[in-house]
Amino acid sequence: MHLPGLVNYFIFFFSFAGIYAILALGLNVQWGYTGETNIGIAGFFAIGAYTTAILTSPPDPGHLGGFNLPFVVAVVGAIVVCGVLALLIGLITLNLRGDYLAIATIGIAQIIVLFITNEDKVTDGVRGIPGIPRPLSNVSPGAGGLLFLVLVVVFVGIVLIALNRLYRSPWVRILRAIRANEDAVLAAGKNVLRYRIESFVVGSIIMSIGGVLYAAFTRFVSPEAFDPIYGTFLVWVMLIAGGSGNNVGAIVGTLIIWGVWSGTDYLTSLMPAAWGTRGSAIRVFLIGLILELILILRPQGIIEERPPRLVDAGPRGEERSAHAPTPSEGTGGG
Amino acid sequence: MLLNVVQLTLYGIVLGSIIALGAIGVSMVYAILGFSHFAHGDMMTVAAYFGFVGVVTLHLPLPLALIFSMILTACLAVGIDRVIYSRLRNATPIIMLISTIGVSFMLQSLTQIVWGPSNEVYQSGIVLPYKFLGLRLQPVEVTIILGSVLLVVLLHFFLHGTKIGKAMRAMSDNRSLSQITGINTELVIIWTWVITGVLAAAAGVFLGADTQLNPRMGFNLLLAIFAAAILGGIGNLYGSILGGLVIGIVEEVSTIFIDPGYKPAVGFVIMVIMLIVRPYGILGGKR
Amino acid sequence: MSETNGNLLVAEDVYGGYGSADILNGISLRVAPGEFVSIVGPNGAGKSTAMKSLFGLIKVRAGKIAFEGREITKLRPDQIVRLGICYVPQEFNIFPSLTVKENLEMGAFIRNDDYSAEIENVYQLFPILKERRRQLVGTMSGGQRQMVAMGRALMLKPRLLMLDEPSAGLSPNFIELIFERIQEINRTGVGILLVEQNARQALEISDRGYVLVMGRNRHEDTGPNLVNNKEVAEMFLGG
Repeated sequence: MHLPGLVNYFIFFFSFAGIYAILALGLNVQWGYTGETNIGIAGFFAIGAYTTAILTSPPDPGHLGGFNLPFVVAVVGAIVVCGVLALLIGLITLNLRGDYLAIATIGIAQIIVLFITNEDKVTDGVRGIPGIPRPLSNVSPGAGGLLFLVLVVVFVGIVLIALNRLYRSPWVRILRAIRANEDAVLAAGKNVLRYRIESFVVGSIIMSIGGVLYAAFTRFVSPEAFDPIYGTFLVWVMLIAGGSGNNVGAIVGTLIIWGVWSGTDYLTSLMPAAWGTRGSAIRVFLIGLILELILILRPQGIIEERPPRLVDAGPRGEERSAHAPTPSEGTGGG
Repeated sequence: MLLNVVQLTLYGIVLGSIIALGAIGVSMVYAILGFSHFAHGDMMTVAAYFGFVGVVTLHLPLPLALIFSMILTACLAVGIDRVIYSRLRNATPIIMLISTIGVSFMLQSLTQIVWGPSNEVYQSGIVLPYKFLGLRLQPVEVTIILGSVLLVVLLHFFLHGTKIGKAMRAMSDNRSLSQITGINTELVIIWTWVITGVLAAAAGVFLGADTQLNPRMGFNLLLAIFAAAILGGIGNLYGSILGGLVIGIVEEVSTIFIDPGYKPAVGFVIMVIMLIVRPYGILGGKR
Repeated sequence: MSETNGNLLVAEDVYGGYGSADILNGISLRVAPGEFVSIVGPNGAGKSTAMKSLFGLIKVRAGKIAFEGREITKLRPDQIVRLGICYVPQEFNIFPSLTVKENLEMGAFIRNDDYSAEIENVYQLFPILKERRRQLVGTMSGGQRQMVAMGRALMLKPRLLMLDEPSAGLSPNFIELIFERIQEINRTGVGILLVEQNARQALEISDRGYVLVMGRNRHEDTGPNLVNNKEVAEMFLGG
């Protein structure tokens, strides 16, 4: 084990952990705060990645774009494209909850990936888009990886700080109240649908940032990377393991599950070559097993979330909090 | 052109029968157990591979391999319930849903571990199709349609003619009343999984016989299956049959106008339209 | 538990409710074999909750419940029903997509013997059910559904039949019919515990009654005495 190899692995591990952490934080806004079951994370992940690829890679007859634009443009581009798409999707799925929303988001992610795979002229289909430049790689040759890791950490930090600031805001309080008891929030006069769409769009945009960083790090995108296992399933396990509803939990869960995923990658790489893809299948099985164990033994995750308090508007529109009504107050003994 | 449409409709009925069998299973679990069984597609995949073992290792003819697979898949379904879902009886539907997603990926990866990632077939070689009125249909496709009809008829008799079948219908109506009445709800749940496993086995083996086997085969159909169940009104078994046939036919016929690569999206779009316009499905179902 | 004095059902100082707040604040009651007992009281008094707690549907925080001398406080509904108590909830008390006959069959689910005598018994009590035995109960009127609900509960030959507001939502004709049928059932020796909003009608046909207020016992007396009790009358304004 020599130092450069270790350093490279370190950079790789934590860069990816950071990317996944951002995905988990995005999911936390949708699911942890508002209770929206988005099983289509891979779709928004892909949008961020492919927008970056098309905007920043050099021209190539195989696919659209190649505008050679700087990284910043990719970030803005991803936010815009994803924001618009998420808004559209949010409007379509406006009245869907729980299982129905889950199925709808699975379908949407599948359509996005189908589009990427089929529309050769735009994305070069399964061949993918190579040559995506990594930002800051020209600043100091040799330290490019490390600098990028710093960039990832900065992005994670920005998202984390922003979400933590927002946590105490009325906006998030209402989101969490919606998750706990949507009817009560409706009765309090809030436009629940508007909040749900906002939460969905914000979460999706955060996820697309993860996609931007992914494209810039791996410098290559292809549809396989946005397979439901890597793009959606892993993120859900991370959030559930860490504790849905709180942002620190998202990060903790990401680190642990990514640790298991990466660590087992190393272990299966030691297996004889004949085992080939069975190695990754074993790892997926293991992650699934961990998920079931968590759901059975400790569904709240590692870092448990405090239950939210309802907000209701007083007669002059000021907000005062109240506790969710107990069933005895609500329905009576009869 | 018309002939083309009729031919595609025939293919659609074959595909639709497979989807319908899947949708019935999913509807049943939703109605009786109260959650969405996202692992259903992968249960079909494992069942198809059980059938593969029957055909290739045990040299059984396909019908016997199907029965072999039904037995194993029923045991698998009950086993998963005993080990995982039964410990989550009081969990929220969302947690149950996530749990089924976990099972889905576990089954998918298990299939890949045991049988590898590449495609398999039940039998190789060319089989001549039946030809009539300018249309073509493979023998196995006829088997699929007839087999599906037979299974639906048997299911109907089970649900209306046996004590457990009636109890299943009772539980899907009203679970708490079932407990108050003294119905053995755990027994009913076990039987639900047995039936679900049997239906998934049929759907999986039929799918494998019609196309090919690979670890993603069932998962790729999951969306169409749920679309069919929702279309017919989730929880409504006869609606699931109708929904399955509609989705199957529309998906096949759509290939005239749309790139076949987008076939899976067609069923999905139908479902989304249904969810917006009439969430309880064509025939109405359980909520 | 202390002797139940040959009583069919005894509840002592029961506290319980949903979640953290208790609805029942120490209620006690008893039913003797073959007795007809009603529980009445204003809205929110905890009458239905009390009945649910007896059947294991509500978490009992403190107190004891015993049936035929055997403690049942911690038992689940499917265990209690096997002991000889049958319960008819106020709402969602039938299986709508099953026929009348199938509903009755489900009532007899735990029986392995021939229950055709019990089915005939139900048809005798409610002749219209025999006429419509193949009809889906979901398509029947409220009163007919209530008959099916009660018939279902009789299939296990219970020694105690608990009914939660059987008259709710029924027309006056049906209410009279239902009460008359309940008395008929009682005449065959089945103990009746009735929760009712129609206090006067219930108490008039009861052996004894309990008036609950705010989850506590307020009055306990014979049916006729309670009917004539001024305070009770005031509470219900002739209802």
